[in-house]
Amino acid sequence: MSDHELRVSKIRNGTVIDHIRAGQALNVLAILGIDGSGDETVSVGMNVPSDRMSHKDIVKVEGRELSQDEVDVLSLIAPESTINIIREYEVAEKQHLERPDRVVGVLSCPNHNCITNADEPVETKFDVLADGVRCEYCETIVRDDIAAHISVE
Amino acid sequence: MRHDHLVTTKQLSREDIEEVLDRAAEIDADPAAFADRHPTALLGLCFFEPSTRTKMSFETAIKRLGGDTVDMGSVESSSVKKGESLADTARVVEGYADALVLRHPSQGAAKMVGDFVDVPLLNAGDGAGHHPTQTLLDLYTIREAAGLDDLTVGIMGDLKYGRTVHSLAHALTNFDADQHFVSPESLKLPRSVRYDLHESGANVREHTDLEAVLPSLDVLYVTRIQRERFPDENEYQEIAGEYGIDLETLEDASDDLTVMHPLPRVDEIAPEVDDTEYANYFEQAHNGVPVRMALLDLMLEAQE
Repeated sequence: MSDHELRVSKIRNGTVIDHIRAGQALNVLAILGIDGSGDETVSVGMNVPSDRMSHKDIVKVEGRELSQDEVDVLSLIAPESTINIIREYEVAEKQHLERPDRVVGVLSCPNHNCITNADEPVETKFDVLADGVRCEYCETIVRDDIAAHISVE
Repeated sequence: MRHDHLVTTKQLSREDIEEVLDRAAEIDADPAAFADRHPTALLGLCFFEPSTRTKMSFETAIKRLGGDTVDMGSVESSSVKKGESLADTARVVEGYADALVLRHPSQGAAKMVGDFVDVPLLNAGDGAGHHPTQTLLDLYTIREAAGLDDLTVGIMGDLKYGRTVHSLAHALTNFDADQHFVSPESLKLPRSVRYDLHESGANVREHTDLEAVLPSLDVLYVTRIQRERFPDENEYQEIAGEYGIDLETLEDASDDLTVMHPLPRVDEIAPEVDDTEYANYFEQAHNGVPVRMALLDLMLEAQE
């Protein structure tokens, strides 16, 4: 076991999100709706030295496997990260993220005049472009800081 | 029309557009032949913003087809004032009418309503988004004046918030048209429209000055620079003055130039232009009736 792996403890069952771009760990927690008020045990490593990335963040969540929606949004802000499903301390599944064609109900539209920001019974839908996302309703394109528009609760 | 709803011109192919324009030409040639086409049809008018031309031309169109309107009236006098959602209002009016016309200040409103209703929905303007029926009458006017291929079109004014501009730009990608966009830097085309034009391979150029491009234009489509977009009145006055046209501006134009405007105009086209061969904006407004008749006729026909 290398030094940097020792910085955060092993988990028995749950998810390890590894190779997160340094500085994005807190956004990953926001996507997962983790704010410390729940039951999950969470370990976060930030700016951990990495052979592949120089520095990376890592998040370990005890007792929880990610849903596809959560994986889809993760792929937008941390496309280079890997997801390891842990069962009985072993990596049961390893998943590289693939960008989805669209994300539904997880981002809010930055255009205040978009119908999705009115009090209407409508979920946000964004098409995923090569370099950003685009609201399917008002067509606003978001390229920078997509994480700022995450609305997962 | 093979579409249930008309939300944006992006959904229209060249064939779709030509079908509407051809039907409008038939109507123009013999309006009496269409006088009783849809005698029981009721068109639901849901206008959440003020409108003169669009609303009146839709009313005229359905009445000239033999039908009638049901109108939710002003927002102030409707249940919207009590906090009813747009989705609910639309679903209620859908029960009264055979087709709906929606104008709403929020972008994407028509797309959302289209998800909730089964009767044909026509987007009559959604904020700074789209205005596809305006574009169809614009194209009808352009076709009459200059044809729709081998065309050089200049579009000038508020390109950022101008929904008629966005819809026209998308529709023109179906034709062999060069598009020149003229605006102040602060009112250039929005990123989303530029993205679509680029994706469609359209021949597009952007300018801040009309002068260089004017002589090559077949059509000059002028739009209003909206005073309310400028926090500073002086800044508005400065820009608005630069993007207006008068007889002096048009000295370098081709004799065949067609000047268009979706109206209302304020001072971007001097009244002295009205009496010239260039002026086509009142004809353009009149074309709203046969074109909307054609559209309604095709959409109602498809429902029968």
